[in-house]
Amino acid sequence: MEPILDVKSITMDFGGLRALDRLDLDVQKGEIVALIGPNGAGKTTFFNCITGLYSPTRGDILITPPGKKTERINGLKPNHVTERGLARTFQNIRLFQNMTVLENVMIGRHCRTRTGVAGAMLRLKSAREEEQTIVDHSRAILERIGLSQFVNDLSKNLPYGAQRRLEIARAMATDPFLLLLDEPAAGMNAQETRELDNLIKKICDEDGISILLIEHDMKLVMSLSDRIFVMDYGRKIAQGTPEEIKNDPEVIKAYLGEDPDA
Amino acid sequence: MEYFIELFLGGLTRGSIYALIALGYTMVYGIIELINFAHGEIYMIGAFTALIVASVLTLLGFNELSILVIASLCAVIWAASYGFTIEKLAYKPLRKAPRLSALISAIGMSIFLQNYVLLAQTSDFLPFPALMPEFGFLEPYAHIMSSAEVIIVLTTALVMAALTFLIKFTRLGKAMRATAQDRDMALLSGVNVNRVISFTFIIGSATAAVGGVLIASHIGMINFYIGFIAGIKAFTAAVLGGIGSVPGAVLGGMVLGWTESFATGYVSSDYEDVFAFTLLVLILIFRPEGILGRSTTQKV
Amino acid sequence: MLTFAEIKRSVLVSLWFMFLTFPIMVVRVNPIEEVVEWRWRNLIVIGAGSFALSFVWRYMMARKEAGLKRKEAGGEKAPLVRRIMDRPRLSRSIVGLVVAFVCVFPFLFSTYQVTIMSTALIYVMLGLGLNIVIGLAGLLDLGYVAFYAVGAYSYALLNFHFGVGFWIALPLGGLLGALFGVLLGFPVLRLRGDYLAIVTLGFGEIIRLILENWNEFSFGPSGIAGISRPGFFGIDMSLNTATIYVYFVLIGLVILTVFFVNRLQNSRIGRAWVALREDEIACQAMGIDKTKTKLTAFALGATWAGMAGVVFAAKTTFINPASFTFLESAIILSIVVLGGMGSIPGVILGALVLILLPEYLRAFSDYRMILFGATLVLMMVFRPQGLITGVRRVYRFQGDNGRNES
Repeated sequence: MEPILDVKSITMDFGGLRALDRLDLDVQKGEIVALIGPNGAGKTTFFNCITGLYSPTRGDILITPPGKKTERINGLKPNHVTERGLARTFQNIRLFQNMTVLENVMIGRHCRTRTGVAGAMLRLKSAREEEQTIVDHSRAILERIGLSQFVNDLSKNLPYGAQRRLEIARAMATDPFLLLLDEPAAGMNAQETRELDNLIKKICDEDGISILLIEHDMKLVMSLSDRIFVMDYGRKIAQGTPEEIKNDPEVIKAYLGEDPDA
Repeated sequence: MEYFIELFLGGLTRGSIYALIALGYTMVYGIIELINFAHGEIYMIGAFTALIVASVLTLLGFNELSILVIASLCAVIWAASYGFTIEKLAYKPLRKAPRLSALISAIGMSIFLQNYVLLAQTSDFLPFPALMPEFGFLEPYAHIMSSAEVIIVLTTALVMAALTFLIKFTRLGKAMRATAQDRDMALLSGVNVNRVISFTFIIGSATAAVGGVLIASHIGMINFYIGFIAGIKAFTAAVLGGIGSVPGAVLGGMVLGWTESFATGYVSSDYEDVFAFTLLVLILIFRPEGILGRSTTQKV
Repeated sequence: MLTFAEIKRSVLVSLWFMFLTFPIMVVRVNPIEEVVEWRWRNLIVIGAGSFALSFVWRYMMARKEAGLKRKEAGGEKAPLVRRIMDRPRLSRSIVGLVVAFVCVFPFLFSTYQVTIMSTALIYVMLGLGLNIVIGLAGLLDLGYVAFYAVGAYSYALLNFHFGVGFWIALPLGGLLGALFGVLLGFPVLRLRGDYLAIVTLGFGEIIRLILENWNEFSFGPSGIAGISRPGFFGIDMSLNTATIYVYFVLIGLVILTVFFVNRLQNSRIGRAWVALREDEIACQAMGIDKTKTKLTAFALGATWAGMAGVVFAAKTTFINPASFTFLESAIILSIVVLGGMGSIPGVILGALVLILLPEYLRAFSDYRMILFGATLVLMMVFRPQGLITGVRRVYRFQGDNGRNES
């Protein structure tokens, strides 16, 4: 079977700096894949390339949405990437701060709905019905993620952990087949991280959404992932199951540095 | 051919003035990413200060050279003081606010200063004394380029060289570049960011004042509104050359000066400002990073 | 408390401002008669004024910081509008009073007063239109007056050449405004926010300069006179009646504007605008087409400016390029900023305050523009959300408080 995301040898140059160097990565349907590596390894750059914020210098990004044909998505605008079923969260939370929690999720429905200016001004029947489905759908997602008590609060007033989960809720509202999470557990305490662990598993198992995540919390990575890719200096240095990665000498070297006595 | 040379040199003078004002825009933008709309007003206030000081000194019977020196000096000092104060009042409290807020504040400051001068002085055009000396040895070429124009071009070159030196080779320049790159990192590495930003405003305002004195004594007329159009044009020059770049501001000023000079000379003089604005719109659409600017990828 | 250190600081501030404003405020030269006027009184006024104001400034700063801390602690007070909306009887009686006043106003006051009120209402329309662009979508449009001019000139010219009437020109003016909005917006909306500000400013000036110089088309600086007032089934009206009629036409248009803008801001499109203002990158990542969404906001804002322009031309029966300078854009911007970006009642209040106050307080009228400038700065520094904070819609669900119809 085709992998739903197949990245082939992408390279990203910023001026003279090579941030990604011939990187390969794939995600199969129903998998949770983790991308790890030291700070500055190029993980977020990789996400930005896939989601269309950057256009990679070379290489191919192929997606195969369930029931559809394989498509190359290099250079597509971010909104077109999202329309095709890839959704993401951000490492430095990027919520719409002065909008309510519900509205944040409703924004996620934007690309799945149609109402235009005329429909909105005249409040046509189709527009009213569509608005109702947007509200209901968004509300259901919030309930599922466990944020329904905050519905009408401004998102900037939420506790930190809840903001991270709201980012996931917002991304889920776009009906993705692959969810890209950029450090979803950053800044969370142990309790919150455990809840997040369950949440991500639930999203993968019950909603059938595959997951690609960047994370520094090794316990979470080991517990969640089916496969792990390790990056350093823009290159892939290892890939495998959590067990294999734990014992990989290259990975240990990248994380702990070169042993001076060796 | 003669006409062409005349237009070329006219454009050079005009461009030098735009460049002088553009330098301040570019420095401020480079460091806090704000279009300082009030910058044109600083230039206007510089010219007014020079006019006032020169008039007072003339009545007191000072000689021409000392009037030129003292009036220019006062213009620079007061313009720099205004620049410093504006930053503290209207921009510093908004450092962490959305960019839109700072921009609106800047527009407000620009309108405020225009009307402040209008109310405190006059809405009429005031004749500005010819402060710049005539050089005897330039007499034979006066039909092509006057002494005043030579002084304007030379001063611009001098100011640009001094600023380049300041930014490239001094401690302050290093701190400025660090602040422009990453304000928080600069702060962590011991740069007094507030002071660096203040200095940037002071230096930028001082150069604007130099431009104000030169152009006012060249054209011989000023009023409270001269800063507004000059400000937009200088901004055009800064963007044209690549905002944030000192040589870019000068190059942009020249290109804009020549465009205006040739367009008004060969096409029509009614639409002088339209040419400048059209150039601005075209540049922003087709090459927003400017002639010397590098395209940057937005940080995510 | 007044401590010695605080007084010392204020003295220093006052000395600094006395120095700063000395040449401009104290000395005035008359270069023709070669006399210098020394206005020492101004120095004292500045000194005393800045001494006092520096205390106010510091007090306001301290209050603002305390407010920020309170916000972080979560103890924020609900905005005024929210508190009023939560009490349906109070809000209904406020609306009732306003409606009653609006209806009887032209019969209680002189024609002159009605004219001024009509002017203010045009600004309400302009403010609400610009509010879509700045308040909702966060696009700083400094050339908004250009679309106003497009509307006014399209009616004036159509009326002059072809005798087109007001009611036909009104939608046409809106349409032409929108067309210009799209034409300008299409190339420039890809630009970053601050570049957009300056390009729109330049564009506004280009339009004005063309109107001023292209005599064959626009009759140059002398403008166009004798434009028809709005008709009412061909009935001849006295000046007085016509003024009242224009007033009611404007009231109707303002109500229509409020009605549409309110619906828009809680729709799929309106939410996309706000999201765009909050975070462009996240917005795109959520599947929103940035350029298309911005263009919609820009064009809609321009539509209202175009219609307001038609009404303006019909109301004054004379237009020339001097009515469409950058200052006009600045006034509309001040209205939106003072009232509250993104808040409909705020913008209405802003327009009424900024247009009516200088009319009634004659002593103020010289200081109009300087006060507008100061308003922009002070509002941004101390109260960026404006006089009346915009509120987001509250959704209610079964299980908490009935259905989510608000």
